[in-house]
Amino acid sequence: MKVLVPVKRVLDYNVKVRVKADGSGVDLSNMKMSMNPFDEIAIEEAVRLKEAGTATEVVAVSIGVPQAQDTLRTALAMGADRALLIQSDQDLEPLSVAKLLKAVVAEEQPTVVILGKQAIDGDNNAVGQMLAALLDWPQATFASKVEIAGNKATVMREVDGGLQTIEVDLPAVITVDLRLNEPRYASLPNIMKARKKPLDVKEAASYGVDIAPRLQVLKVAEPAKRKAGIKVEDAADLVMRLKNEAGVL
Amino acid sequence: MQIYTAPLRDMRFVLHELHGLERLYALPAFADFSDELVDSVLEEAGKVTREVLLPINASGDEEGCVLDNGVVRTPKGFKEAYNVFREGGWNALSAEPEWGGQGLPKCVGSAVEEMICGANLSFSLYPGLTAGAVEALKSHASDELKQRFVPKMVEGTWAGSMCLTEAHCGTDLGLLRTKATPQEDGSYKIDGAKIFISSGDHDLTPNIIHLVLARLPDAPEGVRGISLFLAPKFLPDADGNPGQRNGIQCTALEHKMGIKASATCQLSLDNATGWLVGEPNKGMAAMFTMMNTERVGVGIQALGVAEAAYQSAVAYARDRIQGRALGGAQHPDQAADPIIVHPDVRRMLMTMRVNNEGCRALAAWVSQALDLRTHAATEEERLEAEDFVALMTPVVKALFTDLGYESVNLAMQVHGGHGYIRDHGMEQYVRDTRITMIYEGTNGVQALDLVGRKMPAHMGRYLRRFFHPVAEFIAANKADPDIGKMVEALEKAFGALQLTTAQLAQSGMKDPEEAGAAATEYLRLFGLVALAYLWARMAKVAAGKLAAGDPDAAFYSAKLISARFYYERILPQTSALFLSIKAGKGAMMEMAEAAF
Repeated sequence: MKVLVPVKRVLDYNVKVRVKADGSGVDLSNMKMSMNPFDEIAIEEAVRLKEAGTATEVVAVSIGVPQAQDTLRTALAMGADRALLIQSDQDLEPLSVAKLLKAVVAEEQPTVVILGKQAIDGDNNAVGQMLAALLDWPQATFASKVEIAGNKATVMREVDGGLQTIEVDLPAVITVDLRLNEPRYASLPNIMKARKKPLDVKEAASYGVDIAPRLQVLKVAEPAKRKAGIKVEDAADLVMRLKNEAGVL
Repeated sequence: MQIYTAPLRDMRFVLHELHGLERLYALPAFADFSDELVDSVLEEAGKVTREVLLPINASGDEEGCVLDNGVVRTPKGFKEAYNVFREGGWNALSAEPEWGGQGLPKCVGSAVEEMICGANLSFSLYPGLTAGAVEALKSHASDELKQRFVPKMVEGTWAGSMCLTEAHCGTDLGLLRTKATPQEDGSYKIDGAKIFISSGDHDLTPNIIHLVLARLPDAPEGVRGISLFLAPKFLPDADGNPGQRNGIQCTALEHKMGIKASATCQLSLDNATGWLVGEPNKGMAAMFTMMNTERVGVGIQALGVAEAAYQSAVAYARDRIQGRALGGAQHPDQAADPIIVHPDVRRMLMTMRVNNEGCRALAAWVSQALDLRTHAATEEERLEAEDFVALMTPVVKALFTDLGYESVNLAMQVHGGHGYIRDHGMEQYVRDTRITMIYEGTNGVQALDLVGRKMPAHMGRYLRRFFHPVAEFIAANKADPDIGKMVEALEKAFGALQLTTAQLAQSGMKDPEEAGAAATEYLRLFGLVALAYLWARMAKVAAGKLAAGDPDAAFYSAKLISARFYYERILPQTSALFLSIKAGKGAMMEMAEAAF
C-alpha cells in the first residue's frame, strides 16, 4: 500500500507574522519557514503505518518555491521514502493545489492520501475535501485516530461537540487533526540519510492543469489591536452597557 | 520564564559566510557533508534543545539530584529527555563512524553543544563527560578495551565519568593517593576516594564507565607517577551486559551553587576492578588529550548560557514598561516606555550581544582547527591546526567563561529585582555559569598555561599561528573603505599585544613571578584582540553583503553596528590592560604575607 502525503512550506508557527506595508500580503522575506504542523502529523501517521507493516511506501509531495525542498527533506528525515516537488512561484489557491495533486495521484496510484486538515498560513481547510471531490474518493476529515484494515479505513473524527467514527472504502483522502499523534524528532542518522533519498523536481506547468487564480486578494491587514477593558460599577451598570454600548442584550 | 531559541541565523553566518566549511567538505572525512545538510542538523538540534531540554532546566534546578540509599536520582524528566536525546543520535554527533558516530565536523558539533548548554547546562554534562571519556579511550586504551566499551558509550547506552580530583588535590594532581594494585589476570584493584565527580553516578544509563587516575605501587612521586584506569560501575558479563556490581559507590552528592541537576559525586573506590588505559605512569598525558577538548567545551558552555540570558534580557527590556525615554516619551499611548529605550539598558544588551557573537565566531574558528588537526590533507596543515588549538584552548576557556559570566550578570541587571528573585530564571543562569570559570582548570590556571607553556613553546611557534593571520589581515585591509578605520584600531591593539608579548617573554624568563603576575590580564588582552580581529572580518563580510544588495539587510546592518560597538566601547579596554601589565608584579608581591 502506497501513502501519498502532501506537505506545505509555511511561515514557522513561532514567528510573529508581519503584514507587508503595502497591504499586499504577509512579509515572508528572510522569515523562518517550516513544514505546516498539521502536515508533520500526516507524515508521522504515514511513517507509523509503514513501521506497522500496513504501508509499503511513503511519498511526500510539496507544491511551491524551490526552497520547499527543505520541507521535503524534513519529511524524508522523518521517514518518508521519496519526495516530489512541483515547482511554482505562484501562491496557489486550494483548487489549483487539489488539481495538481489529482494529477500526482494519477501518476503515483496511492491507496490513501493523508494530509493536514489545513495549512496554518491560509487556514482554508479546503484542499483535502476538494481533492476527494475531484478524485471522487471518500473523504475522512479531522482524523484523531486512523486504522486501516483490508480495503477499509476506520477514522475517528473530531467534530463539534465530540467524536465521530466513520468507515470509508479505500482509496480515500484522510485529513488529520492535532491530536492524531505527536510527530517524532528526526534523528541525526535519518537527517543524514534523507540527503541521499530521491527527490524529484517537476514544473507545475508540465502537468497541463489550469492553475490560473480564481480569487483576487484585495487587502491584507493585521487584526485590530484589542482595546483596554473597563471596570463597571455594578451589575446594573454591566447590564446597561451590554444593552446600550455593546448592543448584545 | 526562561526562553531559548537557537541562534541559527548567526551560526549559519559564522560557519558558512565567515569561515566557510568548503575546506572541510573537500576532505575525505567530510565528503558527504554540505551546507544544506549542516543546516538541517542545526535546525533539528535547535528544535530538540528548545522543546526537550529547555522545559526541564528550571525544574531540574529547583529539584536537584538526590542520593537515596546509595542510588543517585536525577530530577524529574531528565531520564526521558536523555532517551529522546540518545535515540536521536545526538550523543554520537562528532564521533567517528567506525565507532558508531555520525562523524560530523567538530565545528558543527560545537554549534550543537552551544545549543544544548543554552537550553540546559546541567543536562549537557551527562553526554559531555561521556564524550570526554570516549576521547581518552580512543587515543590511549588497548583495542580490547575499546571494543568492549567505546561503541556502547558512543551510542549513549552507557555513560562515562572522569575521576581526577581528591579532597586534598585538584589543580596539583601530583599529590593524589588513590592506589591501584596489579592482579594476576592483568586487571587492577583500585582503592581510594574521589570528590567533585560530574556524572559520577546517576540513573540515566544502566552502566557508567569511570576513568580513574591512580598510583601504581612502585610509581614515582608527583605527576610522573600517575596512571589512568577504566573502572565500570557494573562489570560487563560474558554477553557484554552490565553484570556484577563493582566496588564504586557514591557516598555523597556535593551541595553546589549551580548546575544542580548535574550529579556531582563523592565516590569511594573499594577493591574496585579496573584496567590500565595506556602506559603505566603516563596517566596525565592520557588525561590531557581529553582535557584540552573539554576546555574548549567549557568555554562553549558559558557562551550557550550567555546567549539564553541575552534572549531573556532582550524580551524583558522590550516588555517591561517603566518611566520615560530620556529624550521624551516614545510610546505616548502607553503608561510608560519599555526600558529598552534607555542608553544604559542598551549598553548592557549590546555588551552581551557582542560578547556572544564574537565568542561564537572564535569558537567556530578554533573548532574548525580541531577538525583540521585530525583530518587535514598534509602533515604541515595538521601541525598548524594542532598548534593553533593548543594556543587558543586556554584563551577560549577563560575568555568565554569570564565574558559569559559578565553577560549573565548583565542579564540579571536588566531584569532589576525580577532578576534576583527566582521566577525569571536569571539567578539560575548566574549560579550555573559561575562554575565554568572554575572547573577543568581555573581561569587563573588557564592564564598560566598561556604565558608559561603556550607562549614560549617551540620559540613562539604557537603564537605565530595566530599573529600571522592577524598581521596579514591588517596589511590587506588597512585601506578598505568599509572597515579601514576598524583595522587601524585593530593594528593599535595588536601592536600592544605584540609589545606585551615580547616584554613578558623577556621578563618572564628572568623572573617567572613577573609572568604569573601578568598572566590573567595578558590572556584578556589576547582574547580581546582575537575578538577584534574576528569583528573586523565579520564587518567586512557584512559590508560586502550589503553592497551586493543581499535581501537580509537587517541582519548585516545589525552586524555592522555590533562591530562598531565592539570597537568603540569594548576594545579600548586593551589600553588599560596594557598599562596594568606593564606595571609588573611589585604591588602584589611586596605585601608581606602576614599583612593580609
